Amino acid sequence: MSAIYILWLRQLKRFIRKKASIVGALGQPIIFLLAIGFGFGPVYAKAGAGNYIQFLAPGIIVMSVLFTSIFTGLEIIWDKQFGFLKETFVAPVYRLEILIGKTLGGATVAIIQGILVFLITLIAGFRPQLSSLPLAFLFLFLVAILSSALGAVIAARLDDMQGFPLIFNFLVQPLFFLSGAIFPIKDLPPVLDFITKINPFSYGVDGLRWAFNGVNVFPPALSLGVLCGVSLVILAVGAYQFSKVQL
Amino acid sequence: MEENIIETRNLTKKYGDFTAVDQITFNVKKGEVFAFLGPNGAGKTTTIKMLTTLLKPTSGDVFLNGHNVTENPHETRKSFGIVFQDPSLDNELTAYENMQFHAILYGLTKEVYKKRIVDLLNLVELYDRKDSYVKKFSGGMKRRLEIARGLLHNPKVLFLDEPTIGLDPQTRNHIWTYINNLNKQENVTIFFTTHHMEEVQRIAQRVAIIDHGKIIIIGTIEDILKKAGTKNLEDAFIFLTGSKIREEESNVGLNQMRISNKLMR
Repeated sequence: MSAIYILWLRQLKRFIRKKASIVGALGQPIIFLLAIGFGFGPVYAKAGAGNYIQFLAPGIIVMSVLFTSIFTGLEIIWDKQFGFLKETFVAPVYRLEILIGKTLGGATVAIIQGILVFLITLIAGFRPQLSSLPLAFLFLFLVAILSSALGAVIAARLDDMQGFPLIFNFLVQPLFFLSGAIFPIKDLPPVLDFITKINPFSYGVDGLRWAFNGVNVFPPALSLGVLCGVSLVILAVGAYQFSKVQL
Repeated sequence: MEENIIETRNLTKKYGDFTAVDQITFNVKKGEVFAFLGPNGAGKTTTIKMLTTLLKPTSGDVFLNGHNVTENPHETRKSFGIVFQDPSLDNELTAYENMQFHAILYGLTKEVYKKRIVDLLNLVELYDRKDSYVKKFSGGMKRRLEIARGLLHNPKVLFLDEPTIGLDPQTRNHIWTYINNLNKQENVTIFFTTHHMEEVQRIAQRVAIIDHGKIIIIGTIEDILKKAGTKNLEDAFIFLTGSKIREEESNVGLNQMRISNKLMR
């Protein structure tokens, strides 16, 4: 347990010390709110769908959590390159503990980032129902765990950052764009409909939207189940991967 | 009979067709200062990685402090400390935080590690820099911190893989003085590699030379000098391993990283 705690604490310290990257990571959600939120707002309203910012904000919050978590998970690659992972791997600590510590650390960091983005969406005019904040927090937490574990699993397989553009463009971006974060996932063409339904982050976005706005496509219990289930599967895969890593 | 703290039997590591370590068998006695020498790419680091649970041997057995390393890595890990060839500190943490991280990973309680960290940082003369970020440290300071860290959990064996690489003579001298004292005062077994033969002559009690994955000679310094018929260890080393310059060809990707890490240091 103490190993998990110190791994978590390390992640948190590293995050808080990099103030520039905290601010930097806020840039993207702000641009999305401005360009997509306010840009498409009038069209969205004309289609009779209501306030777009109200719809988009949960999607943007999930985006920042997803990106921050995956990148924090990928930091394991740096740990490999700079040798720190060896220090962790020769310690009398089970690999599963290392994975859990890393995942919780990445998730915590991502939630902090997500809360900052949440505050920005409030400034942009987002008005959530505050009574269900704890539920929103639960969904955010699950999204963070899922993406942080995903980042760690990918990092376990990679030796350097050269695969990074591939991961970003073919995994992270699609997971975000095809999750219903920026468009409603009702009445989609069949292919897109299928993709959004197998994307676990669709359930995160939908669950968060339900908590904040009371609007949902999937039953909230299903969303919770999918997020928990997929996280467990990824952690199991990660535990196996970590046990195989030789340095 | 003296007790062996490290025992290997026909230890072998293959990468595809390439045999990095080829059926090596040797023992290290408790409390000994043991030098493990060889040209670049001879299999030194690969052997150390197998002794320290980072790599699984292709075949053969390793025992450390009585534990079967492959079957019982968890117990083995409590028995040794290691200073890797490449730096393995977290640059974004302070010296003290790096020590604390290690202490907690090894399950030390706060009362124990607080005092021990202070003692060890004093030993390596870094106590006044305990709250500085490691990224501000020089190569020699990082090494000293890594040695202190490796000793934090009271290991029976301390592995040092080229601990003095890239350091000036003053720092090297300091480091070997600490290591020698440790061995004398706390009876920590020292297993080290280096390319500086004068360091070996200064502190090693026994030496093994490995080349092309095989141990070609093992014994005291006098044994080796006698067998090679040379006056000093450097000549003996060249006599035994040849004067041809080696390419580090094993495990290309990792070696690339090793080289680039050295450049960044």
